[in-house]
Amino acid sequence: MIYLDNAATSWPKPPEVLKAMSDLLERAGGNPGRSGHRMSIAAARVVYDAREEVAGLFNCHDPLRVVFTSNATYALNQALYGLLKPGDRVVTSSMEHNAVMRPLRDLERKGVKLTVVPCNADGTLNLPAFSKAVTPGTRLVALIHASNVVGTVMPVAEVAQIAHKAGALLLVDAAQSAAVLPIDITAAGIDLLAFTGHKGPLGPTGIGALVIGEKVDTAQMAPLARGGTGSQSDREEQPEFLPDKYESGTPNAVGIAGLEAGLKFVRKTGLTAILEHEKQLTETLIAGLMSIPGVTVYGCRECQKSVAIVSFTVRGKTVSEIGQRLDDEYGILVRVGLHCAPAAHRTIGTFPEGTVRLAPGFFTTMAEIRTTLRAIERLARS
Amino acid sequence: MSNGVILFHTTAMAMKAEKALTREGFQVTLVPTPREFSSDCGIAVRFPWSLVEAIRPLLQNAAVEVQAVHKLG
Repeated sequence: MIYLDNAATSWPKPPEVLKAMSDLLERAGGNPGRSGHRMSIAAARVVYDAREEVAGLFNCHDPLRVVFTSNATYALNQALYGLLKPGDRVVTSSMEHNAVMRPLRDLERKGVKLTVVPCNADGTLNLPAFSKAVTPGTRLVALIHASNVVGTVMPVAEVAQIAHKAGALLLVDAAQSAAVLPIDITAAGIDLLAFTGHKGPLGPTGIGALVIGEKVDTAQMAPLARGGTGSQSDREEQPEFLPDKYESGTPNAVGIAGLEAGLKFVRKTGLTAILEHEKQLTETLIAGLMSIPGVTVYGCRECQKSVAIVSFTVRGKTVSEIGQRLDDEYGILVRVGLHCAPAAHRTIGTFPEGTVRLAPGFFTTMAEIRTTLRAIERLARS
Repeated sequence: MSNGVILFHTTAMAMKAEKALTREGFQVTLVPTPREFSSDCGIAVRFPWSLVEAIRPLLQNAAVEVQAVHKLG
């Protein structure tokens, strides 16, 4: 079997991740921050250490501004629904995933003024057009960091400047870039960063986080859910301090333990080493695909930066046929269709058919890429 | 030798304090907040009271927000 669906979820996970999760259940199985006995404290320590690991990865100066969520979608919803009120202006790109687009379309119905700036056909941001759309008084700019469809990387630092000049905050969807590309929220001027633990961080599903920069006034960001926090238990109102304001209910301590172990693995291995390996795989994949007659590869070929995501179609064949046959005949696992990003597919011209998406990961080998290319070549000819 | 407790708003801050103090070689323990003190959070840091003056600036430097410090009877 060849697993090329790391953009959906990375696989396999480092053994350290599995061990950290089973250790948590075995040795630190108390409810973190609730009871105060030794197992509760042991669990709370794991959760706090993970906060520090996340804060360190993104150069966030305060680990308490790392809010754990169930995934990137929840983190994005927290930021969008927490910040935007009817009458507020928000600007986003046409390459967004539905994790951003659906909340924004809903908020638009509720009176938020939404501008979706069209991107170029290769998935890159049209910076002058984007800059023009971010008018003074804009409340928020929401931008995907790396496209889940074609892997193009958005110029977040430049967009941060544009946003701040207009008085807006910048929310970045780092689902495909966290623990893949170096991200320094302080240097880049990212005000809110949402990510999930089960992709680049090599952790389990069900854990993500919203990292809240220092410029964000959390008094102006309402929590998405309210409930028990293990703090201020004498009060019936939600606490205002972080991270408790946004972390109601028992956290996913098992997932947090796995996320921390995954991030430590990434740190030990080095982002540069991972990125370099994935870049070689991706370049081989793209060059190989482009040499197959009838195959169209999407995305930006001249761009220096991208993540390990390649989208293609084959003339005369549906994407579902390609996906099915790769699985059935060759044991190659990919994802076909619209990848929860209809706007992105409209942008690159592949709506409503979608594309076949290949997403190698750190554990993918060059031999697997060559086997995949041979398989696609045979399918394209047949 | 008497002990003191440091109370916090949130568990995360108690964890941060424990780490900062342990890193500096202080012998502190995380304990359930004694019920006689009203605290925002169920976990507190217990420490030898003789260290109270040494601990305060350290917590401040580590950006640890303290809700209250009490001497235990």
